[in-house]
Amino acid sequence: MSERINSAWSPSSREKERAQARKRISRKQAVVAAVSSIIVIGSLLTIVVTSPGWAVVKKTFFDINYGREVFPTVISGLWINLQLTFIGGACIGVIALGLALMRTTKSPALTPFRFLATAYVDIFRGAPLILIILLVGFGVPALRLHGISSNVIFLGTVAVVLTYSAYVAEVIRSGILSIHPSQRAAARSLGLTSGQTMRYVVLPQAIRRVVPPLLNDFVSLLKDTGLVSILGVTDAVRAAQINASRTFNYTPYVVAAILFLLITIPMTRYTDRAIRQRTNAQNAEGAI
Amino acid sequence: MSYVLELSHIRKSFGNELVLNDLSLSVQEHTATVLIGASGSGKSTLLRCINLLESIDDGQIFLDGVEISDPLINVDEVRRKLGMVFQSFNLFPHKTVLENITLAPIKVQLKSKEEAVDAAMTLLKRFDLADKADQYPDRLSGGQQQRVAIIRSLAINPRLLLLDEITSALDPVLVNEVLSIVRDLKSDGMTMVLATHEMGFATQVADEVCFLESGNILERGTAQEVLHNPKNLKTQDFLKRVHQAGRL
Repeated sequence: MSERINSAWSPSSREKERAQARKRISRKQAVVAAVSSIIVIGSLLTIVVTSPGWAVVKKTFFDINYGREVFPTVISGLWINLQLTFIGGACIGVIALGLALMRTTKSPALTPFRFLATAYVDIFRGAPLILIILLVGFGVPALRLHGISSNVIFLGTVAVVLTYSAYVAEVIRSGILSIHPSQRAAARSLGLTSGQTMRYVVLPQAIRRVVPPLLNDFVSLLKDTGLVSILGVTDAVRAAQINASRTFNYTPYVVAAILFLLITIPMTRYTDRAIRQRTNAQNAEGAI
Repeated sequence: MSYVLELSHIRKSFGNELVLNDLSLSVQEHTATVLIGASGSGKSTLLRCINLLESIDDGQIFLDGVEISDPLINVDEVRRKLGMVFQSFNLFPHKTVLENITLAPIKVQLKSKEEAVDAAMTLLKRFDLADKADQYPDRLSGGQQQRVAIIRSLAINPRLLLLDEITSALDPVLVNEVLSIVRDLKSDGMTMVLATHEMGFATQVADEVCFLESGNILERGTAQEVLHNPKNLKTQDFLKRVHQAGRL
């Protein structure tokens, strides 16, 4: 047991000197940081603003009035991206978990599934997302299968889900493999079957461990939903494109980019914090 | 005489390394068999083979006369009759103490939650850990964690308890609180096979001490015979080294 902190403590004169010295050092560091930032950012801005084409760029990319005019159409497009992200994200979670479990199973009855899951991950992780979107978006309707929707939003979502399930499956699988074998040995020695060991001991720990990288993938997913615009889905990217090609003013692209950033930057910050907390927790856990 | 556990001519190798070499051992009910020997002599591997966590290359293992080394046996059912405690505790870090203990009774033995919790609380009270029931393992000291691990293995009412150097990861002050549980279990009549480096403790609980060297039992007998009056030169040498290290 540690001693209770003595409330009557007052810092010694030596400690007061040290505190002042620390304050001086940190003040000096703040000045250096500010000066360096002003110089670097200032020169970058100067280079851009004094460039020969800046007047034209300013008019075609940063036209505030036009930006305001297209804002409603772009933001209603962004709503499609968000829907796609959340509905797709839910499907991806379920499929990826299934794939990860299939790939880590040792049960002989599931051997063909293990093989199929591996092939699936290889294919969809290895092919560019944009190709998968084009193949699904134009290939599936060409099959003229009865009962399969040829709605481009649906097909675009399917393509994104197919690809991201492969990415996320690998993240979950790496989490499963990162759980120390001694945990499995302990569970099995209590008589739990391999399935129960996975469900009650391995998976809960594995998922907790991979939440930060999964949040990263979630940010990427939101951005990549912009790719379904090539199928003609009127998402934020497509809405910006329509407006831009109508007037040859590219401000709508900047508006779309800023809207994406307004969502993704807070998400990335949150993810970074989650990763840091996770790392700290793991360090505290020591050998586990 | 019927034995709880019988090992006959066990052989086990990892790659080119022969870890258990023609080892035979019988364990009677209500007795404690202590395995001693240098690191790498095969003590841990032997315990893991008994619990079917490792497969054997040759020989037979019988539990209550049933051959459990038969490849057709249901390993989960065998393990339900065996409790195992590990050197590194291996508690489940995402579960509380109580959840760690009740997991197997609920999921494996299909007891009701109330029944499992009652039984777990009785054990926790007996070993002075009742106030830790809702804590997570990382809030506990090493000695407390190992005591919880022992209780977890007791909760499935094992026929035989396997203890694999359960105090080796603990500092000397905490060793005793763990060993006193084992002494209690011994006086309850629990059948145990344990690997340990604590020779004083071995003297107190062992009905039979086996000295392992290069995967075989070189000398066996009562604690008095093996630990205090060893006949084999290698046993004498090993005990001398243990003595020099201040562990006897």
